Amino acid sequence: MICSERSAVYTGTMTAELGHFATLLAFFVAILQAVVPMVGATRNQASWMAVGVPMAIAQFLLVGFAFAMLTIAFVTSDFSVRLVAANSHSLKPMLYKVSGVWGNHEGSMLLWIFILTTYGALVAWFGQNLPDRLKARVLSVQAMIAVAFLAFMIFTSNPFERLEFPPIDGNDLNPLLQDPGLAFHPPFLYMGYVGLSMSFSFAIAALIEGRVDAAWARWVRPWTLLAWVNLTIGIALGSWWAYYELGWGGWWFWDPVENASFMPWLIAGALLHSSIVVEKRDTLKSWTILLAILAFSFSLIGTFIVRSGVITSVHAFANDPERGVFILIILSVAIGGALTLYALRARELRTTSAFSVISRESGLVLNNLLLVVAAAVVFSGTIWPLVAEITTGRKLSIGAPFFELAFTPFMVAIAMALPIGAILPWKRADLSRSMQPLWGVLALSIALGALVWTMQTGGRMLAPIGITLAAWLVLGAMVELGTRAKLGKASLSETLRRLRNLPRSDWGKSVAHAGFGLTIFGIASITAWEVEDIRVAHVGDRFTVGAYEFQFNGVTQANGKNYTTDIGNFTAFKDGVLVAELRPEKRFYPVQGMPTTEAAIDQSLTRDLYLALGDEQNGGWAVRTYIKPFANWLWIGALVMALGGVLSLTDRRYRVAATARKTPDAVPAE
Amino acid sequence: MRILLILIFLATPTWAVEPDEILPDPVMEARARVISKGLRCLVCRNENIDSSSAGIAKDLRILVRERLVDGDSNDQVMSYIVDRYGEYVLLKPKFTVKNLVPWLSGPVLFFLGLFLSIKFISRPRRDIVAALDEDEEKRLDDILAE
Repeated sequence: MICSERSAVYTGTMTAELGHFATLLAFFVAILQAVVPMVGATRNQASWMAVGVPMAIAQFLLVGFAFAMLTIAFVTSDFSVRLVAANSHSLKPMLYKVSGVWGNHEGSMLLWIFILTTYGALVAWFGQNLPDRLKARVLSVQAMIAVAFLAFMIFTSNPFERLEFPPIDGNDLNPLLQDPGLAFHPPFLYMGYVGLSMSFSFAIAALIEGRVDAAWARWVRPWTLLAWVNLTIGIALGSWWAYYELGWGGWWFWDPVENASFMPWLIAGALLHSSIVVEKRDTLKSWTILLAILAFSFSLIGTFIVRSGVITSVHAFANDPERGVFILIILSVAIGGALTLYALRARELRTTSAFSVISRESGLVLNNLLLVVAAAVVFSGTIWPLVAEITTGRKLSIGAPFFELAFTPFMVAIAMALPIGAILPWKRADLSRSMQPLWGVLALSIALGALVWTMQTGGRMLAPIGITLAAWLVLGAMVELGTRAKLGKASLSETLRRLRNLPRSDWGKSVAHAGFGLTIFGIASITAWEVEDIRVAHVGDRFTVGAYEFQFNGVTQANGKNYTTDIGNFTAFKDGVLVAELRPEKRFYPVQGMPTTEAAIDQSLTRDLYLALGDEQNGGWAVRTYIKPFANWLWIGALVMALGGVLSLTDRRYRVAATARKTPDAVPAE
Repeated sequence: MRILLILIFLATPTWAVEPDEILPDPVMEARARVISKGLRCLVCRNENIDSSSAGIAKDLRILVRERLVDGDSNDQVMSYIVDRYGEYVLLKPKFTVKNLVPWLSGPVLFFLGLFLSIKFISRPRRDIVAALDEDEEKRLDDILAE
């Protein structure tokens, strides 16, 4: 035992140093890559521009190597590395040893940079069809971001720091984070955040060039889509984790940390819609550039301000002024610099087309307006307590009740407008003609909502409105596909043939829009119809919650790999028939001295039975039981949205590796 | 991101509303729950007293229920608590002059944006470039002015 631990320390001796050395090398490569191709592009020197490609790949290999070294340190439990000692434990399951790499500040910075350099390398590898000058500038801007982050990591947050006296064992990772959902939550979020750096780099490069055209939009859109898909999955994973791990089945808390990932998601959503307009109609260019800058700015704010702890408390800043000042400098240079460049150069972007008030373009403008305003509401609600405290010393809170009231109307407006905007043709549309296929859907959706309203007891309007919107979105998306395939106007085989031949991006659009509807359905159902029961249950008790009966059969004790646990045993019946066995746990992690609640959830498409075990009291056990109708549709909807994004991403036109020659667009099917 | 997640949930519930706190009258209990969801647990991060397990949250939950049993209306309970603990305890800030920015940023930006969008869409073709930039800059300024 002692022997194996020692040998782990021994083999690990070099890894941290090698990893540290690799990050230093990557830092120098990044500095060169930030300068040389940019200068080359200005002076029109092909050789200088060309070095961006090998440098981007070198940076990727170096940072990838460093990341591998840190991972080895975690996997082999090398407690001479401070980060490993502080965040890992030899008894921790392997999955969490690996996820422990990014389960802390320093390691997550390294992951962030690793993903950044991966994107850079992807441009280098697959960017043969990009104009040389644009590619050089994009790679240079990417490298500038890398320089900032590498410097931040090397000078303030070095993950490879050694301990003079390694402890026998580590501190372990917070048990709440030892969860598969959360193991993968940060990588997805970071792939999203960092993906937006690509849109940002392209926007800056375009501003320097003074040119934005369809080819540019076609290059930016896949990156934005990729970022958005990852953000969608990352946010959904985080919400799902909160739902089953944090106790009472809450799935969104409007916490600053959540808001920090939600704002870039909203702006990225706006950006990927506006870039369609740039590509197809050659207008909204400077707006799109601005969105690209804003999207990444919110990513930076999400990564940094939240990580620095400023949002939680102004005093967190004082605790670690070095990191805080660094963060402020990076934010002001990146955001301020980009916006200044924008102010100077955006005028040069020439728009060549106009459109009428009733048109797909206008629909997308409305989409952008609502998404951006929604993001602004989230931003103001998140930042205002901080601003108020700094400026006037007044302490106030802004939480869920504010956001529910101030944010929701804009989402409702988007849901109402979406199916109409999506079906309108480009440039100029006849509203009454375009609406024709939608009237039936609208009537059906309202009828469904009315039906729900008459059926439910208790008069909250939330469910009827939510169901109406959800049906309107899902059916609207289906009708749009049907219209394109001339459903009912052509023969069935012709319709099927047309459906098959529709571009993937059209499928992606309808699928993603339907996913949005499904999420609204889940949110409305769970919010309006949840049933809760809190009680002290004695062994042998049978109690009724909603349409279900639960029987409490007792509590047993057990040991997990790195925790002890009380396991409750419940059986659930519906109409006297056994439907589920539920085993909620109350765990205790001795290393961190922390208890966690592992709710038992019996999942199905129509409802979740959600049961949490509390403390032993008065000879019984505190028990919380919930019936959560249609809860899973919330995350299914998010996954369907992400699937829509993936479908669009695999459209022939956007395939990252595909050669986007300047062939005229063969698609317009309207 | 993760570090912060840890921080938020360090005070994390093993248990929130406990069975013995619940009022016998279900209507009054429901009102207590609604009120609790709007009140901040003072020692937690962005957590309401309804789902918090902190001691002070429990005290506040019991206080809310006592006031209700004594016949206070929801508003009276709220102002009673705010008088004692300050407006920091409200998760939904009052709609007052001091809090206009978060409350009005949405509607003001929306109508401003709508106005500018319509102006942009219906502008004569020749002005396309100039009009766009001014619009965007104004909107940008507004977003930054927050």
